[in-house]
Amino acid sequence: MKKYFPLIALALLSILPLIGLSTYMMHIVILVVMWSIIGMAWNLLGGYCGQVSFGHAAYFGVGAYTAGILYSKLGASPWWGVLLSIVVVTIFSFILGYVVLRLRGPFFALATLASGEVMRVTAENWVGFTGGTLGIMVHERTWVEKIWYYYIILLIAAVTYFLVKKLVESKLGYYFVAIREDQDAAESLGINTTLYKTIALCISGVLTGIAGAFYMNYMGYIDPHVVFALHDISIITIMIVMVGGVATYWGPFVGAVIMVFLAEWVRSIPGLGAAHQTLFGVLLIVIIIFLPNGIVGDYKKLKRLVGLGRTS
Amino acid sequence: MSLLEAKNVSMFFGGLAAISDVSFEVKEGEILGLIGPNGAGKTTMFNVVNGFYKPTKGEVFFKDKKISGLKPHQICKMGIARTFQVVKPLQRMSVLDNVIASAFLRVKGRAQAEEIALETIKFTGLYDDREVISKGLPLGKRKKLEIARALATQPEMLLLDESFAGLNPHELDESIEIIKKIRARGITIMIIEHHMKVIMSISDRIVVLNYGEKIAEGTPQEIANNPFVVEAYLGEEKSA
Repeated sequence: MKKYFPLIALALLSILPLIGLSTYMMHIVILVVMWSIIGMAWNLLGGYCGQVSFGHAAYFGVGAYTAGILYSKLGASPWWGVLLSIVVVTIFSFILGYVVLRLRGPFFALATLASGEVMRVTAENWVGFTGGTLGIMVHERTWVEKIWYYYIILLIAAVTYFLVKKLVESKLGYYFVAIREDQDAAESLGINTTLYKTIALCISGVLTGIAGAFYMNYMGYIDPHVVFALHDISIITIMIVMVGGVATYWGPFVGAVIMVFLAEWVRSIPGLGAAHQTLFGVLLIVIIIFLPNGIVGDYKKLKRLVGLGRTS
Repeated sequence: MSLLEAKNVSMFFGGLAAISDVSFEVKEGEILGLIGPNGAGKTTMFNVVNGFYKPTKGEVFFKDKKISGLKPHQICKMGIARTFQVVKPLQRMSVLDNVIASAFLRVKGRAQAEEIALETIKFTGLYDDREVISKGLPLGKRKKLEIARALATQPEMLLLDESFAGLNPHELDESIEIIKKIRARGITIMIIEHHMKVIMSISDRIVVLNYGEKIAEGTPQEIANNPFVVEAYLGEEKSA
């Protein structure tokens, strides 16, 4: 039964639009699925391989801008950008990885944080190429209905899920976790840590970049503050995985559901405005203290905590 | 025939010579003990052989190929595996998964890796603990896990860094048996140990380091009677 759970979930998600969701709800569901892809991508690098990136907006943005610039400069459909972003982000991740993966622990985290910001500032100032802060607007939308976007992102999510699962259960997965647990031990066991960290970073980057390219197509507009955002992309990515469950298959999905709905709910309360970020901060602290492995990772503990809450 | 050869190896950290001009060789199939007081440079020597440090001077050869300057993972692939004095288990992985991770060095498939890993943990007496998360293992078993993990890379030579420290007498006997069984498989062993009874009973030859210099080399019998070694360990005899 448990073995078929992913397929059942996929089947349920495929028929979800048939129950007649409002356009707004479809939008939210699309965002949830997109965020779960980014979460799964981050989880591969941060959760399994232990390289905590604070700069996943860099990959998301490069993916989005690949599609955007393909459209604005060459007039090609930004959908080609989804494919092209695989190549572009691989090269980008490889170069970036060469620099940041020399660093360990907090230094790696800081370097990734900086890389995201560097990309944002670059995109803002390289006006001739990126359009600067005006961003890129796609003038003709492919579909008016959201359902097609939903099926495309769901397909990408399904492929991502099975890819990550396959990787984690293979030699690569063992190597990633070994590197996370002890880099020196891993190296002395014959694991080329530099190589495998680069592989993890490239796969994670590309999956995030694909989500970025999809975002360009779906939203029809990008600018540096949106796609290279530190708090709205990089930090939210980490939160999704932390809340859902680090190094679990379902964590990113659970985290994406909670974070997207929470953000929308808080945003709908008048007078609260951008206070959702304050709330996220508090939530993160609570999660780290009480459920350090996230909702999926600490599911049993969560049940116990809730159970206690009921009796008292 | 010598399997491993260190030629005039020196290792400096800033102005400090952790090892100065040490040469020795390890013959195929033997157990070579490496002893010396604390801070003599024994673990540094392992780190040089294993590739964590590139020697400041001198060279190390394994099967007549120069290995000094290579990365640890390359040296491991060539057939030298090591254990750590301060154990480094992959904490949040089960014992079996720890060993599977290192078994992947020689095989691609998960099933083959698991087969090697299971065989190795049976060999080292960890089979009953295979599902235990290694964080929760007692020290004696962690030391065994270090050995199991190194063995799963199917080495020709094993570097054991104080695999007996902190063991109780029963565990000590078990570990000595394991070392003997490893040697019986044709794996050459170089071992750092403070436990004199152990080192004297299992080593074929012993190299003694003191303040980074080699002060003696020979059979356990020769070492026990060597005045320099006695002096290094017990201090100089002073006439009152």
